Amino acid sequence: MSWEFSPDKPIYLQLQEQVKLRIVSGKYLPGEKLASVRDLSIEAAVNPNTMQRALAELERDGLVYTERTSGRFVTNDTEVISKMKNDIAIELVDVFLSKMNEIGYSKSEAADIVRNSKEVESTDGNS
Amino acid sequence: MAILKCRDLVKSYGRKTALRDVNFAIEPGRIVGLLGPNGSGKTTLIKIATGLLTATSGSIKIDDMSPGKETKAIVSYLPEATYLNDWMKVSQLVNFFDDFYADFDREKANEMLRNLNIDDKESLKSLSKGTKEKVQLILVMARNAKLYLLDEPIGGVDPASRDYILNTIIKNYNPEASVVISTHLISDIEQVLDDVVFLKDGQIVLSTTVDDLRETHGMSVDGYFREVFKC
Repeated sequence: MSWEFSPDKPIYLQLQEQVKLRIVSGKYLPGEKLASVRDLSIEAAVNPNTMQRALAELERDGLVYTERTSGRFVTNDTEVISKMKNDIAIELVDVFLSKMNEIGYSKSEAADIVRNSKEVESTDGNS
Repeated sequence: MAILKCRDLVKSYGRKTALRDVNFAIEPGRIVGLLGPNGSGKTTLIKIATGLLTATSGSIKIDDMSPGKETKAIVSYLPEATYLNDWMKVSQLVNFFDDFYADFDREKANEMLRNLNIDDKESLKSLSKGTKEKVQLILVMARNAKLYLLDEPIGGVDPASRDYILNTIIKNYNPEASVVISTHLISDIEQVLDDVVFLKDGQIVLSTTVDDLRETHGMSVDGYFREVFKC
């Protein structure tokens, strides 16, 4: 999973989304300590203040928490993580269905196509 | 308190006005892109901040001081063109900077030279243009300054070195210090910046944060720049 940014959205939002994906996909495990803001911003090649802002937003969402002396951690609350995962799934399906709708497929027709499509191979070892 | 503050800054060269009524401030801990096409006043503004040029009217303050001896001690400046003696070896340049600037971190400079596989026994003259630029940037970034003024730091280097330079800027990030990067290569540095200041014909046409601009206009700073400065 590499860090990539599209031009049409604020960078902090995209960082927030990409850290979220890393958490729900299990790349960052529950309770795992995150790298420092400095190291994460070097890895993503972004401004440290922007990274800080993204992490602060994730903290507000309850996905990460800060321990005053030892740094930032992924939440241990697996319920919060699975809820987030579910929210992301719903968003993806919404996008998919509206695109299918644009080319003239109803929801159930789209579902049939999904059911008959072949299994996707996992793109990484985490799933 | 602002690290750099311009008030009604004007600079004229004879009848030609290079800067007119420039007002802006840079807070500590910000990485700021000074953007504008060629001839928009970027270098003039930086040279006034370093004390190499004097303003025609208005004022510029660095850490609440007018440019002079005291501000030179806290400002680290990368000029557009090299001013270093090219007969000097890289190691001699390191000594030179170490001698000249109290805030120079020799260890940091040597580490960066090693990371880029630059042999400090070579003379500057024997290095390629891109490597020369890297040496200069290393010397400038190895100071623990309050304000870094980088005039076109990524103009002449290849993409891999450009990434290294941006990486160096992020790595050296210090919440007490600010970095000003002048460039017209916006897409390359956009994600490293907090704020952008757009100059056009010597005037500030926009001063905002990168993410505010993206949020408001739904496009990158680079895309927006192309729209504003369409020829």
